[in-house]
Amino acid sequence: MLEIKNLHARIVDDGTEIIRGLNLTVKAGEVAAIMGPNGSGKSTLSYILAGREDYEVTEGDILYNGQSILEMDPAERATSGIFLAFQYPMEIPGVATMEFLKVAMNEQRKARGEEPLKIPEFLKRVKDAAASLNMDMAMLKRPLNVGFSGGEKKRAEILQMKLLEPNLCVLDETDSGLDIDALKIVSDGVNALRSPDRAIVIITHYQRLLQHIEPDTVHVLYRGQVIKSGDKSLALDLEANGYAGVIGQAA
Amino acid sequence: MPAVQDTIDRVRKIDVDQYKYGFQTEIAMDKAPKGLSEDIIRFISAKKDEPSWMLEWRLEAYRRWVTLDEPKWARVHYPKIDFQDLYYYAAPKSTPGPTSLSDVDPELLRVYEKLGIPLKEQEILAGVQKTDASELEEPSDNVYKSGRVAVDAVFDSVSVVTTFKKELAQAGVIFCSISEAIREHPELVKKYLGSVVPTSDNFYATLNSAVFTDGSFVFVPKGVRCPMELSTYFRMNEKNTGQFERTLIIAEEGAYVSYLEGCTAPQRDENQLHAAVVELIALDDAEIKYSTVQNWYPGDAEGKGGIYNFVTKRGDCRGHRSKISWTQVETGSAITWKYPSCILRGDDSSGEFYSIAVSNGYQQVDSGTKMIHLGKNTSSRIISKGIAAGLSQNTYRGQVSAHRKATNARNFTNCDSLLIGDQCGAHTVPYMEAKNATAKFEHEATTSKISEDQKFYVMQRGIPEEEAIALIVNGFVKDVIQQLPMEFAVEAQKLIGISLEGSVG
Ligand SMILES: Nc1ncnc2c1ncn2[C@@H]1O[C@H](COP(=O)(O)OP(=O)(O)OP(=O)(O)O)[C@@H](O)[C@H]1O
Ligand SMILES: [Mg+2]
Repeated sequence: MLEIKNLHARIVDDGTEIIRGLNLTVKAGEVAAIMGPNGSGKSTLSYILAGREDYEVTEGDILYNGQSILEMDPAERATSGIFLAFQYPMEIPGVATMEFLKVAMNEQRKARGEEPLKIPEFLKRVKDAAASLNMDMAMLKRPLNVGFSGGEKKRAEILQMKLLEPNLCVLDETDSGLDIDALKIVSDGVNALRSPDRAIVIITHYQRLLQHIEPDTVHVLYRGQVIKSGDKSLALDLEANGYAGVIGQAA
Repeated sequence: MPAVQDTIDRVRKIDVDQYKYGFQTEIAMDKAPKGLSEDIIRFISAKKDEPSWMLEWRLEAYRRWVTLDEPKWARVHYPKIDFQDLYYYAAPKSTPGPTSLSDVDPELLRVYEKLGIPLKEQEILAGVQKTDASELEEPSDNVYKSGRVAVDAVFDSVSVVTTFKKELAQAGVIFCSISEAIREHPELVKKYLGSVVPTSDNFYATLNSAVFTDGSFVFVPKGVRCPMELSTYFRMNEKNTGQFERTLIIAEEGAYVSYLEGCTAPQRDENQLHAAVVELIALDDAEIKYSTVQNWYPGDAEGKGGIYNFVTKRGDCRGHRSKISWTQVETGSAITWKYPSCILRGDDSSGEFYSIAVSNGYQQVDSGTKMIHLGKNTSSRIISKGIAAGLSQNTYRGQVSAHRKATNARNFTNCDSLLIGDQCGAHTVPYMEAKNATAKFEHEATTSKISEDQKFYVMQRGIPEEEAIALIVNGFVKDVIQQLPMEFAVEAQKLIGISLEGSVG
């Protein structure tokens, strides 16, 4: 589903290269975990996947379902099924969460040539999704992410993901800021989305999340490259021994 | 933001200039000769069958006007206007004056139909639909079809029809064109016309006093709550013709009225002049809510054409505990020069000004308000949201003053500006003056750019760039949109989205 080939990318403003020859393949149905020290380029990779303009791809390619997505803008990538749960979700003052959901869902439907959702159907979907994430409907009347606590923002990201039903889900540190119960609820939400035609990429620092959402593959990102890949035991190994060993091997 | 979804549909349907109301209509017109003179004023007055006192009033204004110079203090630039190169009167031939609907030229009715404003009452009522209680349900797309709005339709220099007059009359409310009011209710017009904006007020107001052609007149008697929204729809159609609208609204003791004006004009290469005067008078315990959705043709992408909108609007809170509230959504015009103001004369009176001013392309906006505190315990509130995109310049200019005797005057001002792109400008020019030590004035101002982070986030959910910006901007102006009569809020949101079209990329 996702094939990243020898990707090099730099910051447009100052030319600093952040992603330096990164290779990664994630198949449909797969849950891939990406780990790596702070500043290694995990969030940057997620932004580049989603099409953020601050970064420029200088070499390599990103194939999604066999097609290069480099020429697509963020909205086009989103409507083609790529979803990014942000490490730091943005606040959108004055725009009620509910309205935002409606606009987003209907824009995506429109791009697929479908009719906008009827209000009752929309409400039903939102209510069901919110209930499954233990979210209060009253919160959805508030402007999106404005004044939400850290954990509430993360939950709101997963709520959007559930409602938009993407094919490729990228979760950037969705576990940080979640309390123990919320971690369980959010993990259940993600697990419910596991399906043979969907790929999930989970960026995390902690093995704890991977106990809830068991990954098929684990990749270590370091200085803009995947330096080691393995199965879930790699995450346990990192938890026990830190990154030093893996980095040493790669050097 | 139900608007956003529709905004794109609408925008797509509009060609390069994006101005959907830019069509012209061929209608046989009765025009005054070009230029301005005492004879032209006599011509206008005669056309309107005016009493002699009205003509005298106009002539006096004209004689004063010839001695005045155009104001220069606003941050707007335009070539000198040749006032002799304009037509001051143009009326559809078939409408010699206010008529019943059956006398109106069907071609004219089609113009308003095309603008989304049906004028046939029976059709309006037939089209009234049951509104859904669901909070997310979009209000009926077209408010004028909701049956809750009475419309006075002004085409160039004359009012062609006023709807729901009978229903309003039953409640004691007078709603008609100013021309009709001058003939039918001279005592009221004489008493109030020019009592808020004197003929000597300023260059454009003086010009307007001399040549005003039509506009609306509203009188809500003591204790009456006007049973429906009142609205005037101004259409400038004729080439090289100025529109000089004059509106007068009076709310007697304890009365309430909510009034809305909308306006459009065809796309033309030349600039057109619109110089209006609006006067509001609120007596003891009365309340007037005046909303504007201004959508005059803004000019093309190169800055050619567009309306010069030089407007004097002022409300007089003449009575104790009276209240006047201005809400404006300004998206059109090449140049906007407009400061709807409140004179807080009565004790415990209050004034409000809520404004959204969107500028794009080469538009220039210099707008704001004046709150003049004269009575005791008067309060005012100013919320201004300026959005500048393209190469436009957007200035908020405000004045808050407390007179020596105005003990306990209160003002709160909040001016936020949002910039889209880096070639536009936003400016805030507040003046504050308190001659009474008990006055408490608060002022907040912010200027921000639309953040790339926000835009990326919104687009990541599948919302295209233009819609993402419209969504963020509509969030930014939410506080003001909420002040509009509910029926018009959706319309205003759409308009904002449309006027920002082309602001990126
Ligand atoms: N727009 C930018 N301007 C300057 N530096 C940037 C920019 N974007 C990324 N970087 C730098 O690139 C590196 C990778 O950042 P990134 O956020 O991708 O790391 P990360 O792996 O997600 O780290 P963390 O685990 O702390 O979230 C960091 O050194 C960061 O400072
Ligand atoms: Mg990160």
